[in-house]
Amino acid sequence: MTWQEGWWAYVFIATAGWLATDIWRWLGVLAGRRLREDSEALNWVRAVATALVAAVIAKLVLYPTGVLEQSPLWLRLGAVVLGAVAFFLARQKPAVGIATAIATLAAGLWWLGF
Amino acid sequence: MERVKDERSSVAWFLTGARGILSLPAIILMLSFVGFCSFTAQAGIPLEQVVFMTGIVWALPAKVILVSSILSGASLATAFLAVTLSSVRLMPMVAALVPELRTPRTPTWLLLMLSHFIAITAWVFAMERVQQVPRVHRVTFFAGFGITLVAANMALVAVVYRLVADFPPIIAGCLFFLTPVYFLASIWNSARHRVVYLALAIGLVAGPFFYWLLPEFDILLAGVGGGTLAWSVERSWRSRREVGA
Repeated sequence: MTWQEGWWAYVFIATAGWLATDIWRWLGVLAGRRLREDSEALNWVRAVATALVAAVIAKLVLYPTGVLEQSPLWLRLGAVVLGAVAFFLARQKPAVGIATAIATLAAGLWWLGF
Repeated sequence: MERVKDERSSVAWFLTGARGILSLPAIILMLSFVGFCSFTAQAGIPLEQVVFMTGIVWALPAKVILVSSILSGASLATAFLAVTLSSVRLMPMVAALVPELRTPRTPTWLLLMLSHFIAITAWVFAMERVQQVPRVHRVTFFAGFGITLVAANMALVAVVYRLVADFPPIIAGCLFFLTPVYFLASIWNSARHRVVYLALAIGLVAGPFFYWLLPEFDILLAGVGGGTLAWSVERSWRSRREVGA
């Protein structure tokens, strides 16, 4: 019974993937239905949701998977910092920040011989 | 007559949402899916399963964790636990979005169904744009965006899977890096509450800190702990200003 064999793979994905994520979405709907848009509770929920996403972002930058696993940390951090500087200089245009960060990373990877 | 007019405008709002597929967040997400495709192709996950996963799991970080669990030979229970823990964030995200989407007459079953289409990109997109949509049409607008985005990415995965297995490492690396950089820029850009800036900053520090302290529960602790800290700091600023005024 390895994951690759026929129907078992789909049961595996549906259980460990779909059920494991949609449970939280459903609970979110049930909780969100009771929240008033101007309430202090919603403010807290907003803060927790944002901090969770921020933690995911930090992990993706600090502990990436795949090719970037072998790239130096200073390059990834440098790309994010340069991207942030460009973002604020360009009056907070996301496209400018993103393009700068990716260009920095690409140049660094190329220079390091990736 | 009234009814016909109403239906037409619903269709129009659905299509307005669907047109969001051409927005910057949707395009970046599609590029991230190309990256995910190359990851799964290298890992040897069959194409049909990758398409199935894209539609049924949807959240990209959850899928990356699912594939990593599969690769490490984890049992179903272990994989379930890893994905569940990493997906807790979906609950506050959905809970924060629902009050913006619904009207008092929106049925719960509809929200439960539409919640499947919420992942970080759709959440950021909806939090940013839903304010400009009349409240009665917000659910339709979101449905148009969410359904189109999922369908487009399933099609995209099916098409590019065979092309991406041998991506040059620089391209693969850049595709992976798009996701965190985009999330960062768009959350900052779309924040309409001061507490969001604070929670973003605290979460960025708290994430690695809790990863170092308690790696199994890092995201959960960083979210609840960091979010609560951000909320209480912002609340004390607010009450101090009210006292000062």
